Amino acid sequence: MTGPRLGRAPAVLLVPATIGIALLVVPLATLVLDTPWRTLPEHLGSEVVREALAITALSSLLTVIGCVVLGTPLAWLLARVDFRGRRVVRALVLVPLVLPPVVAGVALVTALGRSGLIGQHLPFSIPYTMSGVVLAHTFVSLPFYVLAVEGALRTHGGSYDVVAATLGADRWTTFRRVTLPLALPGVLAGSALAWARSLGEFGATITFAGNYPGTTQTMPSLIYVALNSDPTVARTLSLILLVLSVGVLVLLRERWAVGR
Amino acid sequence: MRVEVDIPGRVSADLEAAAGEVVVVIGPNGAGKSTLLRAIAGLEPGRVRVGDDDWTDLEVPRRRVGYVFQDQSLFPHLSALDNVAFGPRARGRHRREAEDLALGWLRRFGIAELAHRKPRELSGGQAQRVAIARALATDPDVLLLDEPFTGLDVSVQVALRIELGQHLRDFPGIALLVTHDAIDALTLADRVLVLDEGRVAQVGPPAEVAAEPRTPHVARLVGLNLVADGEDLIAFTPDAVTVSLAEPEGSSRLRWHGPIATLAPHGDAVRLLVHASPDLLADLTPAAATELALVPGREVWLSAKATAVSRYGAAATGR
Repeated sequence: MTGPRLGRAPAVLLVPATIGIALLVVPLATLVLDTPWRTLPEHLGSEVVREALAITALSSLLTVIGCVVLGTPLAWLLARVDFRGRRVVRALVLVPLVLPPVVAGVALVTALGRSGLIGQHLPFSIPYTMSGVVLAHTFVSLPFYVLAVEGALRTHGGSYDVVAATLGADRWTTFRRVTLPLALPGVLAGSALAWARSLGEFGATITFAGNYPGTTQTMPSLIYVALNSDPTVARTLSLILLVLSVGVLVLLRERWAVGR
Repeated sequence: MRVEVDIPGRVSADLEAAAGEVVVVIGPNGAGKSTLLRAIAGLEPGRVRVGDDDWTDLEVPRRRVGYVFQDQSLFPHLSALDNVAFGPRARGRHRREAEDLALGWLRRFGIAELAHRKPRELSGGQAQRVAIARALATDPDVLLLDEPFTGLDVSVQVALRIELGQHLRDFPGIALLVTHDAIDALTLADRVLVLDEGRVAQVGPPAEVAAEPRTPHVARLVGLNLVADGEDLIAFTPDAVTVSLAEPEGSSRLRWHGPIATLAPHGDAVRLLVHASPDLLADLTPAAATELALVPGREVWLSAKATAVSRYGAAATGR
C-alpha cells in the first residue's frame, strides 16, 4: 500500500477485525471443505433436488420481475412525487426490511390464506401454490429493491426531469427516456438484492406456501428437511446455493464494471 | 410581443420585445434574473403572460420555451444528436425526422462530426453549443439563456458569443439572456433590461443604458461613476475626476470627500476607489499618484467639471 506512513495498525483494532473475518469465513470454508464431492453428482441428479432447484430458480426470477414491475414505479413515486403522507407510505413500505420473515408469512396467511380476510373471498387459492411462493418472496424482497432504486433516483435528483419537461416531454416520456436509463445501475443493484433475498427466503415461504416437493419446496426448505434426515445432502445443497449466489453476484458486478 | 411576469414579493417585470429581438437581462446577484427566466419556463410559480396567452396555469412541457441552463444539463446517457433530437421527439416528431432536424442544428453550429459523442466526451464550448442547439430545436416562442458563457474559457466565450449572435439573429422568437457580463449586454442585445430587487430599473438599447445607467450595478459594469443629484443622475468616467489633498477651490457642487479604499494599476493609469458617498472611481497618472503620496486610508477630495459629466432625469424611461 502506498501513501503516507501513519504507523502500525494497532492491535486493539486488528484483533477484533481478524476475529470478524474468521467468523464470516470459517463456516463457509468448512462448508466447502467438508462437501462430500464423491456423492455430489448423485445428489444433484435426484428428482427432489432438481425440482427444488427449478422452483427456486423460477420463483427467484419471477420475484425479480415482480419487484421491477411494481418496485420501479413505487420508487419513482417516493422519489419524485410530492404527495401528502409520503413519509408514512415510505416507512410502511420499508417495514418488511426489519420484519422477521416468519411474521411476514403469518401476515400473508392472515390476509390471503384460505380463510384470510381477503383470501376467503378470492375465487382461487394462493397459499401452498407456486404463486404463494412468489408472493411471499416478493413481499420480503420488494423493500430492498425499492430502497436501491429510490437511492439511484435521488442521486440524479430531479434536475434532468426538469430539463426534459422544458423540452416538451410529459412525465411518462421523461420516465422512459431519462429517469429510468439514468437509474439503471440502481435497478440492477436492486434486482441483485431482491434476487439474493429471494434465493435464501425460508421463513415466510414455509409459513405461507408450505413445503410441498414439486410445488412449493424451494432449496432452503429442502435443506431444512434434509438436515434432519440426511445432513450430507443438506451440506451438498447448501454448497450449491452458496456457489449460485456468489456466482451471480460476481457476474452482475462484472457487468456493472463494464457499464461504467 | 409582450411578456409579463409577476411572482408576488419577488419579481415583477414586463417587457415588450419585437419578434427576433434579443433582450439581455442584467442586474446584481439576487435581483431575480434567474427567477424571471425560471418563472417564464414554469419552474417557479408565478403569473406569466406571453403575447396574448396566459401561461400561468400551463404545465412546463406545454410552454413553448427553449431553456439553456447555466451548467448545460445535457442528458449524460444520450449522444449529442439524441440530446438535440429529444425535444422534437417529445413534441411528437418521428424518430428519423427528429434526428434529421437535430443533425441540421448540429451542422449549423459546426459540430455535426460530434453527433455521436456523449456529453462527457465534449469540451465545455462544444457542450454549450449542443445545449443551445437543443433549446432551439424545439422551435420555441421564447428562448431563455441563463448565463450561457459562465464557466467557459475566455477564448471560448468570445467565439461562442459571436456564434450565438448569428444564431439569435436568425431566431424568429424572442430571446432572453441573463448575464453578469457587460460585453454580453453590449454585443448581443437589441434591448437591455436592468433588474434591481425584482423590479425593472431600466430598459433600453444597450448604448443608451451604457451611457445613462440608472443603477450603481450597471454603472459599475460599464465603468462609470454614478451620483444622484436631486431629481437628476450624474454619470462620468473615472478619468474625468480630479484628485486633490485639499478641498478644491471654486463653486462647483461636484465634489466629494472620503478615504481611499483601494489603489490599483488600470491600463496606463492608477485607479482609486474612494469611499465617498457614494463610492467613486478616479483615474490618475502614476506620476500624479506618487506626487500626492496616495495610500489606502488617506483622505482625498474628488471633483468633476460640470462639462465632463452627463446629467439626466432619474425617472425610469425607455419602456
